[in-house]
Amino acid sequence: MSLAELQNMFLSPELLERYGPRFIDGLLVTTKLVAISFTLGAVLGLLIALGRLSGNRFLRSFTGAYVYFFRGSPLLAQLFLLYYGLGSFKGFWQDVGLWWFFRDAWFCTLLAFTLNTAAYQAEILRGSILSVAQGQREASKALNLSRWTTFRKIILPQSLLVAIGPLGNELILMIKASAIASLVTIYDLMGVTKMVFSRSFDFQVYLWAAVLYLVIVEIVRRSLKFIEGRLGRHLQ
Amino acid sequence: MHAQPAYVHNPVSPVTDTRKVVVDIAGLNKYYSAFHVLKGIDLKVHEGERIVLCGPSGSGKSTLIRCINRLEIAEQGRILVNSTDLSQATREAAQVRSEIGMVFQHFNLFPHMSVLDNCILAPMSVRGLSRKKAVELAQHFLEKVGIAIQANKYPSQLSGGQQQRVAIARALCMEPKIMLFDEPTSALDPEMVSEVLDVMVKLAGSGMTMLCVTHEMGFARQVAERVLFLDGGMIIEDSPPEDFFNAPKSPRAKAFLAQIVH
Ligand SMILES: Nc1ncnc2c1ncn2[C@@H]1O[C@H](COP(=O)(O)OP(=O)(O)O)[C@@H](O)[C@H]1O
Ligand SMILES: [Mg+2]
Repeated sequence: MSLAELQNMFLSPELLERYGPRFIDGLLVTTKLVAISFTLGAVLGLLIALGRLSGNRFLRSFTGAYVYFFRGSPLLAQLFLLYYGLGSFKGFWQDVGLWWFFRDAWFCTLLAFTLNTAAYQAEILRGSILSVAQGQREASKALNLSRWTTFRKIILPQSLLVAIGPLGNELILMIKASAIASLVTIYDLMGVTKMVFSRSFDFQVYLWAAVLYLVIVEIVRRSLKFIEGRLGRHLQ
Repeated sequence: MHAQPAYVHNPVSPVTDTRKVVVDIAGLNKYYSAFHVLKGIDLKVHEGERIVLCGPSGSGKSTLIRCINRLEIAEQGRILVNSTDLSQATREAAQVRSEIGMVFQHFNLFPHMSVLDNCILAPMSVRGLSRKKAVELAQHFLEKVGIAIQANKYPSQLSGGQQQRVAIARALCMEPKIMLFDEPTSALDPEMVSEVLDVMVKLAGSGMTMLCVTHEMGFARQVAERVLFLDGGMIIEDSPPEDFFNAPKSPRAKAFLAQIVH
């Protein structure tokens, strides 16, 4: 097999020229989807983690049930439930003025991903908050620091250091799981790949997709390692 | 026999002491669920007084001093700190911690902050000092404990003795009226004990009111006006160090002293 044939099999210039830009678009959609839902999920996750740790029994059991549900069922099922399930109450959503949101696959996907990753991130953050030594809280109390200052300046920075590894894993899982979005008509990386395959019937596009996912994951993994190293310098 | 202490003090009987009472504990009872930890503690601490608490492990020493800055809340009895009643959940009671510094066995420095940041956080956030003022204050006290040149290091870059001295400086930066020490040297390697004790002796010389849980008997002889011996949640003895060390009254104190003097 000549080199040209080999190239045609795995990285055909013709295919690349015709569909390359679409893959870039798909990559951007995937990045945007994951970046937005992961960030919103972090904020929601922190609130849920605090709820799980709160002294209020109602808050504790409500957030406990939330985490139990979203970690205990498949993301795909959650997405379909939101998009097809809630999306079928057209009249109701129109009445409350939210139909623009629930009829849109993009918003529903963002919401499903956010709710799902929030549950995982909440558990990571809860564990990392609990891992901060009790002595840190006592020292803060003895210095008469307010609860808010203690949380913001003492507990949170130390727990984030513990959480950053597991949060990075969660981000990587999210990037890969985001391919599910293609099942509700989103043209993310996987959506684009499926579309291009249906036109070209050339399996190599799936290889491209796999490599592109790998590249994003690798970039994320390395950045996280770098950040982790920077943050934890003095704790070695 | 023991050498005479270098630090000259003037033991006064707690009953006839005319100095202002800064901590006044009466009928204090504390329980951990069913377990009765403190059993009817009565204690008056006077301004500038230096008290050493000792006693077997589990006798309630930590619990007692932790009640004084409300790290623990007692179920029964009264604690007045500078006439503020700590048993009431009032704003004044909550603020009493600003007047009381505490030094822990395991230092409890904030590991993600530099030595300087450890020292300026509370003065800025609780006392509302400007950064400049807080840094000046921190440098002053870090100087006193001999850590000024390490101000920009992280706690993990310091030895145990240095970390404990930073912890003392951090507490002093709140300019407290009373200092509590809970076994400040018992987590240290033996060669580092004296550098911490030296700082505490200096602090005692400056007139600070101090309550120290410690088994460093040399320190007790040198600076304490009173030694309290706790056992089973009660103060069994309350006497000047000479009396306590030379003629302990209770058999339990005798046994305890025999044990720690080796
Ligand atoms: N948070 C707690 N919950 C239950 N029991 C405790 C707690 N803290 C201390 N205790 C118990 O109370 C007793 C006195 O403890 P402590 O004041 O720490 O003694 P000491 O400092 O004299 O060694 C010990 O028997 C200890 O096991
Ligand atoms: Mg103790």
